Amino acid sequence: MSLLSDLINLNLSDTTEKVIAEYIWIGGSGMDMRSKARTLPGPVSDPSELPKWNYDGSSTGQAPGEDSEVIIYPQAIFKDPFRRGNHILVMCDAYTPAGEPIPTNKRHNAAKIFSHPDVVAEEPWYGIEQEYTLLQKEVSWPLGWPVGGFPGPQGPYYCGVGAEKAFGRDIVDAHYKACLYAGINISGINGEVMPGQWEFQVGPAVGISAGDEVWVARYILERITEIAGVVLSFDPKPIKGDWNGAGAHTNYSTKTMRDDGGYEEIKSAIEKLGKRHKEHIAAYGEGNERRLTGRHETADINTFLWGVANRGASIRVGRDTEKAGKGYFEDRRPASNMDPYIVTSMIADTTILWKP
Amino acid sequence: MSLLSDLINLNLSESTEKIIAEYIWVGGSGMDVRSKARTLPGPVDDPAKLPKWNYDGSSTDQAPGDDSEVILYPQAIFKDPFRRGNNILVICDVYTPAGEPLPTNKRYDAAKIFSHPDVVAEVPWYGIEQEYTLLQKDVNWPLGWPLGGFPGPQGPYYCGVGADKAYGRDIVDAHYKACVYAGINISGINGEVMPGQWEFQVGPSVGISAGDEVWAARYILERITELAGAVVSFDPKPIPGDWNGAGAHTNYSTKSMREEGGYEVIKKAIEKLGLRHKEHIAAYGKGNERRLTGRHETADINTFSWGVANRGSSVRVGRDTEKNGKGYFEDRRPASNMDPYVVTSMIAETTILRKP
Repeated sequence: MSLLSDLINLNLSDTTEKVIAEYIWIGGSGMDMRSKARTLPGPVSDPSELPKWNYDGSSTGQAPGEDSEVIIYPQAIFKDPFRRGNHILVMCDAYTPAGEPIPTNKRHNAAKIFSHPDVVAEEPWYGIEQEYTLLQKEVSWPLGWPVGGFPGPQGPYYCGVGAEKAFGRDIVDAHYKACLYAGINISGINGEVMPGQWEFQVGPAVGISAGDEVWVARYILERITEIAGVVLSFDPKPIKGDWNGAGAHTNYSTKTMRDDGGYEEIKSAIEKLGKRHKEHIAAYGEGNERRLTGRHETADINTFLWGVANRGASIRVGRDTEKAGKGYFEDRRPASNMDPYIVTSMIADTTILWKP
Repeated sequence: MSLLSDLINLNLSESTEKIIAEYIWVGGSGMDVRSKARTLPGPVDDPAKLPKWNYDGSSTDQAPGDDSEVILYPQAIFKDPFRRGNNILVICDVYTPAGEPLPTNKRYDAAKIFSHPDVVAEVPWYGIEQEYTLLQKDVNWPLGWPLGGFPGPQGPYYCGVGADKAYGRDIVDAHYKACVYAGINISGINGEVMPGQWEFQVGPSVGISAGDEVWAARYILERITELAGAVVSFDPKPIPGDWNGAGAHTNYSTKSMREEGGYEVIKKAIEKLGLRHKEHIAAYGKGNERRLTGRHETADINTFSWGVANRGSSVRVGRDTEKNGKGYFEDRRPASNMDPYVVTSMIAETTILRKP
């Protein structure tokens, strides 16, 4: 088998200038990631220098068979941790041949919001805490759980260590280094409350790049679980009952919030979010009603409330921010299967552009 | 096992000028690749400088036992990705001792067509999309499929990522780098609609080199599946029922098609292909009638149709080509087990040499 890895790990820079680019896009369900690779004549570091490409949209639920071409536009480049060398990953969004974003392309609208002068001036920062669950292949039961049964109740697993408490750390650690290598702004990882569940954080990332980085981090994670023979789930409540769900808490600040006196701006932003609670919830991920119950460190889905250091609130403000009178806040409502382009741009839209 | 790989990976250039040349040819069935190796006194980069060789044709169904020598003529050199260093792979075609091409030698006629002055003047380019299926050894059931059962229906697998969607990526990625290393013009790879099925593309290649490169790429693929313990199948419909078949879509253009006004030349060429549909189909691979049903992104075998962006037609013209008024078209009829020498030269002959 090592001969196979010799080939996978071949360093082509010794023999050619050619570079392999893996183009990544989001498929018809809004959560399925797809990718394919092409050879380029030499290294590229600017997405605008990459050629547009196309794929068979009829095979991803995004176009009919008799008019199947969907065009992908390169938007962000990351180093490829699997092929290494000068090879790259390219995050793309999808358009019709006429140049219109297709309905599942959520980046296009987000980019418009993020290029609005009022939003640009506020330099919105995001830190996204992506939770996810690892499942055993073929049985779709969480990694480390006995098949046909359950592990001991939650308690020992959060940030836990040991063969009976942490399941799948090799995947998590490989992912951490791979993302750093790729140039993603991954700020940390931790084991979660439910055994077999983990979290990584991306940020602080400015504007549209938050979405790009979260999607590529998700792609790298699914490539790694593929190698490990394990299935990745972003379902917000993978196991019913007394087991935590999975979220994508989104930390947020603007220039005004980070400057002196920012705490007032934070309170006014939270108030605006409260007035649009239903609209946000509708866009914060499918199946979230199974997760936002008011138990297991969530706020009930029908209630909007905020508090300092309160993990049972919809929005939590950290003690540091309260003490310094400036900083950021955490929207705890988004589910793990949220689209980061939608969530980040909607928070910016509601707090900066929207007049109540 | 590491001592074995130490030996396989020995860098001989440190101790000798000698190199190893792996001579490759196509056997009696027209699809079985064969090879054997010999030592040469020093590096060679020109096929004309390589010695002719011979093999036992009675063991490959290509000669009788009492007159078994078949002569190998070296035609194309590639770098050997398995032995690396200055070692080479040599694509050969086969002749009787009297110098006549054997009946299974399809390269010979193709080379004649490609050296016709009218064809030379048109600089025919080919891009071949080679699809193939990976099977589990011993049971000949697709890789990743449950034994005695089926995976979930097609939908998630095209360009898919994840342990439950992509089966055999290590083979595909090793093959991509190995081919780039070898000097084959491999332009990309992607996961296909049926799980366990993949595709690589070779091109743009000019004239006879398209066939040489596809055969060398097929050889390298089979050497890699051998390392991985999987079986590669070029059958055009490996699993009956609601599962896609495997093709070898052949993209084609001539100088006239690539220049201003080329779209008219393209339409005329497609018309000529339509008039010889039966002849082409007969040469486009055995068993193609199981694949070309009119479903699963194919056109029915008895119908000749063409359309822009239409994956259900015999010939597809891309939107870019339509828009620019010049470019190339895609013949979607060839099966995965087609002979690229036959298909490429026949398309050139019908579109350039034949008068309707």
